[in-house]
Amino acid sequence: MKSHLLPDFVVERIEERCNRCGVCVKQCPWGVYSWNEDKTEILIDYTKCVGCQRCVVYCPNKALIVRPYPGSYRPNAYWTKEVISDIKKQAEQGGVLLVGTGSDRPYKVYFDHILLNASQVTNPSIDPLREPMELRTFLGRKPDRLEIEIDGDDVEIKTELYPNLVVETPILFAGMSYGALSKNAFLALAMAAKEFGTLFCTGEGGLPKDMREEYGPVAIVQCASGRFGVDPEYLNCAAAIEIKIGQGAKPGIGGHLPGEKVTAEISATRMIPEGTDALSPAPHHDIYSIEDLSMLIYALKEATNYEKPVFVKIAAVHNVAAIASGIVRAGADVIVIDGFRGGTGASPKVMRDHVGIPIELAIAAVDQRLREEGIRHKCSIIASGGIRCSADVVKAIALGADAVYIGTAALIALGCTMCQKCYTGKCAWGICTQDPNLAKRLNPKEGAKRLVNLLRAWSLEIKDMLGGMGINAIESLRSNREQLRGIGLEEWELRVLGIKGAGE
Amino acid sequence: MIKPRDDKEFQGCGIFGVMDRSGKRFNGEMIVEAMKNMHVRGNGLGGGFAVYGLYPKYKDYYCLHVMIQDWNEEAKMEVDRFLDANFDIVHDEEIPTNEDANVENPPLFWRYFVSPQKKGEDKKLSDDDYVIKKVMHINTKIKDAYVISSGKNMGVFKGVGFPEDIAEFFMIEKYKGYIWTAHSRFPTNTPGWWGGAHPFCILDWTVVHNGEISSYGTNKRYLEMFGYYCTLQTDTEVMAYAFDLLMRRQGLPIEIVAKILAPPMWDIIDHMDEKKKKLYTTLRMVYAPLLINGPWTVIVAHHGEMFGLTDRIRLRPITAGEKGDLLFLSSEEAAIRAVCPDLDRVWTPHGGEPVVGRLNEKALKKVIG
Repeated sequence: MKSHLLPDFVVERIEERCNRCGVCVKQCPWGVYSWNEDKTEILIDYTKCVGCQRCVVYCPNKALIVRPYPGSYRPNAYWTKEVISDIKKQAEQGGVLLVGTGSDRPYKVYFDHILLNASQVTNPSIDPLREPMELRTFLGRKPDRLEIEIDGDDVEIKTELYPNLVVETPILFAGMSYGALSKNAFLALAMAAKEFGTLFCTGEGGLPKDMREEYGPVAIVQCASGRFGVDPEYLNCAAAIEIKIGQGAKPGIGGHLPGEKVTAEISATRMIPEGTDALSPAPHHDIYSIEDLSMLIYALKEATNYEKPVFVKIAAVHNVAAIASGIVRAGADVIVIDGFRGGTGASPKVMRDHVGIPIELAIAAVDQRLREEGIRHKCSIIASGGIRCSADVVKAIALGADAVYIGTAALIALGCTMCQKCYTGKCAWGICTQDPNLAKRLNPKEGAKRLVNLLRAWSLEIKDMLGGMGINAIESLRSNREQLRGIGLEEWELRVLGIKGAGE
Repeated sequence: MIKPRDDKEFQGCGIFGVMDRSGKRFNGEMIVEAMKNMHVRGNGLGGGFAVYGLYPKYKDYYCLHVMIQDWNEEAKMEVDRFLDANFDIVHDEEIPTNEDANVENPPLFWRYFVSPQKKGEDKKLSDDDYVIKKVMHINTKIKDAYVISSGKNMGVFKGVGFPEDIAEFFMIEKYKGYIWTAHSRFPTNTPGWWGGAHPFCILDWTVVHNGEISSYGTNKRYLEMFGYYCTLQTDTEVMAYAFDLLMRRQGLPIEIVAKILAPPMWDIIDHMDEKKKKLYTTLRMVYAPLLINGPWTVIVAHHGEMFGLTDRIRLRPITAGEKGDLLFLSSEEAAIRAVCPDLDRVWTPHGGEPVVGRLNEKALKKVIG
């Protein structure tokens, strides 16, 4: 069948700069560039271009420009080029449209409608270059109170404490599995978490045995509906365990790692035969209700001697506040709320773009509900899904989160350009691929360095923002909604966020 | 009456406290002199005093100082009816005032000496919790009536004016006590109203406070989980409830509470010996939402004890002085020197280091019994 689709991108070559070195041919995994028969000319088929910009960055002569294809259909605000293209694709293929990364639709971004406060006159701002500025964060359940026995100078804590994790910045790496990610990308996340004093989440693909000793202590190991790679050693080598119920990019559905990605090492890590599809069911088939979740939480606590906090990750959906309350009562130590901007390696486009709610509203609603019920201290909240910069981190924490997960931002630090083709296994940047020739493009040490730099840069910016507010410890920002004001928001939006409008 | 209009008030202030640790009672002249010395720290929109050992004759009864806004007769009658229904009123009278004092539109002040008469479900409550419940009822349900102090053998006198004007209005030189604390306000965003002046009081706990809390939202939302609702929307209220929760309800001593409200930096904690490190780490972990951030100084008193504390990086310092049994706490050293020039010792404590004055044992028996 002849394809009726228009190209997505066009590749332009500046002829006087190009010396036909062939780097573009080597770098492009999509087949855009090819040599002619006698290797005197490089041919360009831009219809195959996904806009990953790999060739542009690596062209030694800076001879290439890749830009969106300028030709389009008759302009139409309703039947857009995207809508028309999707229909044509489905008419040609008859299937579900697949995409990678988080939703790119122009829904309202609440972070961009919230402004921060700063001190003037009545209290002093604090200069982070001269004064300590503390970002250390504890994740886990806290008791209602501490009972303390004092005998002269000897002070003894009588209250039994729940396990808590310590991170040196309120930013953790979100669950991204080995399988979806290359080993090098996965390793870079682990190395960076260890170096910076934070944690990374394994996603549902297990933790390779050769990484457990060194990176287990900074790993949150996931127990998802496919139960891939879950065994007692996996659970016990980790800092914490995360039960993944749902994910912001595709709430309510499972996952699918195609068999061609299940290499020998992935097969060993996931504990499934080599070359078979790794299918994660939509629900956990042992969790059909909240009490079932509680049973799994306590089964995992039993298996780890009550020494590890248990996280429960859910997608932000309509009744997220009530669901979160149930999860705390079911015994979870940390709740991860993944907003609808959350990323993915592969999701049906229709799910990614139409299901779930924004993380800002979800965090505000959950924090408020847990406080009304007097159980906010019984768990920590991690905001996840679409955190783009340090200001988003500060806003999420002031709305009620204890910390944030970053996934997409971390991958961008590693080289990702958001081409949305993660599901094809051909990632030109070596991140989302199991092709050894592509995976080796990412050096884990250099990747870890980029990630550490990003964490450092954001942490410095967070300290600046805190200092401006006259706050010198991150815990004094949590749920401190007085430090936020809304701009361009409706009354109901301000009410849900629990903030005032600018100027109020 | 104009109530606070912003989400919370911003203010600078002057505070002072003096205690005779032998339990000897003295009159209000000294503290008024000290407050005059810090005149410029206030702007005439609020001043007040707390006195301990005030009513020895009725020392076994809760004394409620009630403010009736606009001399509202209906409110006064409703308070009378409510107290009569829930307490034995042993004695009550108008609080004497000086009509010539330099204050505008003073409300009516009445004091009641009462003993709880618990009925039904309320029988389960301790006397203290019962009194708090009834005080909250008056403050929130009876229009124009506010209980400004509610402890035994103590009382609060406060209003709109400079502290020396308020002192003149209540003629506090006639009262005697073994602890006096005082407050002068400089609110930047609230035209003063008499109920908004300090000290802030619940049972026999009083708080005078100077500063602006940058962690207000965090603290407020944590305290709400324990049933404290910040209706006055002042930083001082947050401070008072934090002390009430940690000290009265949870029974923690000020030495521990200071490390919750104004904890040392992690850099310091990380270098402590293992046992101390564990204690300080646990306190910060569990009570993180009660870290009070921003610049503040506070003087807290209850029977037998007065203490001062400043924020963790001492953005609003406090000065302490000693002369024999007398302990002074003040926003400024000059105010202490003004009333006691030959001090034995004077010092400025580090942020988060409480200065604690306690009655000596002999006095403790005599005063508290």
